[in-house]
Amino acid sequence: MTALTMPARPQHEARLRPVPWRRMAWVTWRQHRAALGGVAVFFGALAVYLWLSGLQVHHAYATACHPAGSLACAMNFTGRYGITAIFVSIFLQAAPALIGAFVGAPVLARELETGTFRYAWTQGFGRWRWALAKLVLLAVAVAAAAGAFSALYSWYDQPFFAAGYAIPFSTRLFDLGEVAFAAWTLAAFAIGALAGMLIRRVVPAIAATLAVYAGLALATGLWLREHYMAPLLTSKLNLPGSAWIVSQWYTRSGKFAFPARGSQIVSALSQFCSSPNATPAQCLSQHGYTQWSSYQPGSRFWPFQWIEGGWLVGLSVLLIAATVWLVRRRAA
Amino acid sequence: MNVIETSSLGKRYRHSWALRECTLAIPAGHVAALVGPNGAGKTTLLNLAVGLAEPTAGAVTVLGGLPAGCPAALDGIAFVAQDTPLYKNLSAADMLHLTANLNRRFDQPCARARLAELGIPLKRKAGKLSGGQQAQLALTLALARRPRLLVLDEPVAMLDPVARHDFIAIVLTAAIDDGVSVLLSSHVLAELERVADYLILLSQGRVQVAGGVDGLLASHRVLTGPAAEADTYAERPVVHVRRAQAQAHLLVQATADDPVPPGWEAHPVGLEELALAYLREPCAAALPGPARGRNTEPTEVTR
Repeated sequence: MTALTMPARPQHEARLRPVPWRRMAWVTWRQHRAALGGVAVFFGALAVYLWLSGLQVHHAYATACHPAGSLACAMNFTGRYGITAIFVSIFLQAAPALIGAFVGAPVLARELETGTFRYAWTQGFGRWRWALAKLVLLAVAVAAAAGAFSALYSWYDQPFFAAGYAIPFSTRLFDLGEVAFAAWTLAAFAIGALAGMLIRRVVPAIAATLAVYAGLALATGLWLREHYMAPLLTSKLNLPGSAWIVSQWYTRSGKFAFPARGSQIVSALSQFCSSPNATPAQCLSQHGYTQWSSYQPGSRFWPFQWIEGGWLVGLSVLLIAATVWLVRRRAA
Repeated sequence: MNVIETSSLGKRYRHSWALRECTLAIPAGHVAALVGPNGAGKTTLLNLAVGLAEPTAGAVTVLGGLPAGCPAALDGIAFVAQDTPLYKNLSAADMLHLTANLNRRFDQPCARARLAELGIPLKRKAGKLSGGQQAQLALTLALARRPRLLVLDEPVAMLDPVARHDFIAIVLTAAIDDGVSVLLSSHVLAELERVADYLILLSQGRVQVAGGVDGLLASHRVLTGPAAEADTYAERPVVHVRRAQAQAHLLVQATADDPVPPGWEAHPVGLEELALAYLREPCAAALPGPARGRNTEPTEVTR
């Protein structure tokens, strides 16, 4: 190596040992402690709220819901706390997106926007190692915070499942599960980091992160999730309460008649079923129709959590790798 | 050893070349000034040398043959970018810690002593420091890394005269006492002679002049004589003709031993005057080695 011929330099410096990775811990903490503190305050405040109202929820369930289907349960538990729980769950859908936008997007966009990358990328640590260390540390931190928070949330939500008010597979609840919530937060962070590297400006990167995250979350909830495992098929009318019904339709004499929603079933019902005593499915079965349901049983909740968590972690690793690769090759 | 060596180095941004066919070698142990008008490619050349940018064509090596931007090169080169980017929300002390953590060497006591000497409060946020103090802080951080090469991009452009003077004094002290090679870019020609002992003049993305200041000054003379005879002088390559009423001043590539035509007077040239003359004549060149003889045909002077 040419450096060996340098005068006035001790030889051991010629074979460079890289700056230790652990030094980035202090660097990352010092530079991003405001953002990490923001995450802590955000989740901390929500956690205090969930804890306090969770105590009430559990107390109300314990006193009113014996049995779970009783009128007292409906009045004093689900009727009283159910709507709040729905609002909380909807609000929490935004949490990963906010973390991606306000923690992930600025990590590189701010360096590029203010020109400080010229400082950071010319230090001895090396730019791709710098980017990798920073992104991994921050990603683990936000994912861990989200995972801890979702454990508290599932405690809060547990009585509503027990009372049959909600099912874990519900679109607004599934991605708040212990695995999925951390994975979605991780993915949002990775989306933000890559958007920041590509767009190079903080505010547009934040907007892009929110848009991409919302699109991905919607597409997953509406179309992708139901295909993780082949749904079960049944013609029974009494499905378990925790089942997630993917689709329903009717057949007559072994041939498809109509879907369980839409104008055809309405006209069929008005034709045969004027009696208010039977459910539509019962009435139609008396007239030779068979109701078919494809569904995901509630027992698949954890496999689905791990499947969703798995592909989101895989996606996040890819996005972070792409970001680091861009840092490495980007021309100033 | 050459601290920076380029061969046919070129960098294209989208459709225009910021730097073309740049071949130069800057030997170690100099304070080299990279001079040229705005847009000449100075920042591009520096970014390529510190590994922030990748060449489109050619190659650049640093510190005696290391690829620009490799770990050993990053370790040995400290770069202070244009407008001295610092994390505005970090204190001076935090910037010291940050730089110490990001490098294998960092002389913390020396850096603290220097900041104390400069009266820069350690607890003040970098963004709250004056422009001169920010530049001094950035320079302090760079020098505390104990680099072999210090690269400064337009270090004094934003500074008032006092701050400029102080800044340059510290750079020169590092160069002389610690043997740090320095490459600084500037479009300010004043004070060049006090600062630099090696000059690289860039113009329109090409190297126009490169060489030690002493050698450049010894190989150029200003001839003063009647304006009417200015166009007939052809004994030595003429770089630039400046006419002042009846008299003409010719900057020629000649040594003190070259004969002076009758009726003409020869004077030594200053570095600023020499640089200005070349900047006015983008086609003239003074390059070391085989390129030196290229300028036998002096270009027609535009006025």
